[in-house]
Amino acid sequence: MSRRKSLSVLPGFRLSLSYTITWLALLLLLPLAACLMKAGSLSGEEFWKAVWTERTRAAYLLTFGVSLAAAVIDTLLGLLLAWVLVRYEFYGRRLMDSLIDLPFALPTAVAGLVYSNLYVKNGWLGQFLVPLGIQGAYSRLAIVLVLSFIGLPFVVRTVQPVLETIDADIEEAAACLGATRWQTFYRVILPALYPALLTGFTLTFARALGEYGSVVFVSGNMPFKTEIAPVLIVARLEEFAYAEATAIAVVLLAISFVLLGVINFLERWNQQRST
Amino acid sequence: MSRRSLQNIAIVLLIAVVWPVARQIQQRFANESAPEAVESRTVVREVALLNVSYDPTRELWQAVNAKFVTKYESETGVKLTIKQSHAASGSQARAIADGLEADVATLSLWPDLDLLRKKALIKAGWEDEFPNGSVPYFSTVVFVVRKGNPKGIHDWADLGKPDTSIITPSPKTSGNGRLALLGAWGSVVLQGGSEENAREFVTRIYRNVPVLDTGARGATVTFSQKGIGDVHLAVESEARLEVRESNGELELVYPTKSIRHDPPVAIVDAVVERRGTQDVAKSYLDYLYTPEGQVVIAEHDFRPLDAEVLTKFADRFPKVELFTVEDIGPNWDAVQKKFFAEGALFDSIYQEIHRSDSAK
Repeated sequence: MSRRKSLSVLPGFRLSLSYTITWLALLLLLPLAACLMKAGSLSGEEFWKAVWTERTRAAYLLTFGVSLAAAVIDTLLGLLLAWVLVRYEFYGRRLMDSLIDLPFALPTAVAGLVYSNLYVKNGWLGQFLVPLGIQGAYSRLAIVLVLSFIGLPFVVRTVQPVLETIDADIEEAAACLGATRWQTFYRVILPALYPALLTGFTLTFARALGEYGSVVFVSGNMPFKTEIAPVLIVARLEEFAYAEATAIAVVLLAISFVLLGVINFLERWNQQRST
Repeated sequence: MSRRSLQNIAIVLLIAVVWPVARQIQQRFANESAPEAVESRTVVREVALLNVSYDPTRELWQAVNAKFVTKYESETGVKLTIKQSHAASGSQARAIADGLEADVATLSLWPDLDLLRKKALIKAGWEDEFPNGSVPYFSTVVFVVRKGNPKGIHDWADLGKPDTSIITPSPKTSGNGRLALLGAWGSVVLQGGSEENAREFVTRIYRNVPVLDTGARGATVTFSQKGIGDVHLAVESEARLEVRESNGELELVYPTKSIRHDPPVAIVDAVVERRGTQDVAKSYLDYLYTPEGQVVIAEHDFRPLDAEVLTKFADRFPKVELFTVEDIGPNWDAVQKKFFAEGALFDSIYQEIHRSDSAK
């Protein structure tokens, strides 16, 4: 008791903790537990047969592959965007700043339809790109494109506030001490941004893993080629095979959990290294 | 160019992109969205019915409800409200099984309604409760092609040509997708072909399907608005609507033989017993079989059972030799198991396509 009291001078620890735990249980743990229980109604063999076939493996690989690609693109692009928004004054900056959040507000199905309309062979961009052999609709590229759109705000919004706290003085000091521009960026700014970038990356990645609404409109859903795991789940539901559908969901969850754990570990490792 | 005008152009561009898309979405979601209740009539004191149906029947039920409500009110003096809910047939069945309070279920395929029997929501023998196996109207799978039929598609066999791109929704998630596959299958085995021939033919077709949409309306949008594919396999009512709205850009093609689509109806016994709506639900579904109801059905491009009404609308419904699901397999359960279950024929076709593609 006394030890806990010494942790915080703020009152209300127990009250706020119990609220937190109740909400967590209600909103997060309960649905997860229900999911696990449903999948648990299968025997080990049935479970394995439902989640591990050539087709489901192709779908997992695709789901994680495109999510990773989208997260990488967003991290680079998001950093650039945040940099431009924080470091430069230009006309229309405010407008641009508010446009960044648009992917959050737009229903993802809308994003999916816009993208597929733009990139099909008679679409605005598709009429130029398809003759060049670039299939921006109904391909893996299409999934990556739409996922990058959906995840972009995460990186910008996590990096932006951190970048704002780094004064231009620091860069000037680095320059005075003889650092080149690249050294200033690489040695001074990037280490400070690293945790924010990693958080943004993780958020984008996690968001992309679970995305369904936009992807079904752009992917074409071809088995082995452009069929993501959530589409398989819906297909199993159509057969009224609830348990098998949740089994696939559980596998997705488990892989995501491991990956997110690894990213968290990397983040902590990095922090320890830098202190 | 000044920054200001650049910005203005950017705003105009943004609106130009968002507007047509928003309209399309609106159209699309008006037809294919999460279950949504449409109130067809509001009255102060009423008996209310909920009709849970599948996607392309929205306009049909609106018309039927309006007529039936007037008729019922004038005959019994009871004020009646009928609500409709539309989504994919399979997910509607699941919604009712999970507790959606539907008084009547009017779904697309037999297995969807039979799920409710398995869940003890409707009684065994529901097929015999109404005439014609509780199927008040029927339809079939036809072809929609581009203006002038440039690829010369006249019958099922033409779909196997190597350079013909075919649009059909995924049979795994769409009832219409299932019917289209069975239509292609039947066109072979019912004309003396072996199952081996049929399998080879169906594989050729799916090799040339560039996009597998999850629902029937999705496939319609892909074909008619995105301009993908040479032929769209669609249920007649959907196809006629698609052609009507295309301003002459699309044409209908009737194959000589095709699969018969028999959408069944049933009273959800567990719900009407609790709500005391048995009688009104019964006369509602009975109404579909009256000449008046059959006319409304025909007006919405579904084929009526009534021979007289069918003759009256004969110009809408060209003669097609129809075969049923039972001609292909003994019954729906067997067909479902043989063709569409996990790892069954449809999945193995894609397995085969995948193997031969990766071997190349």
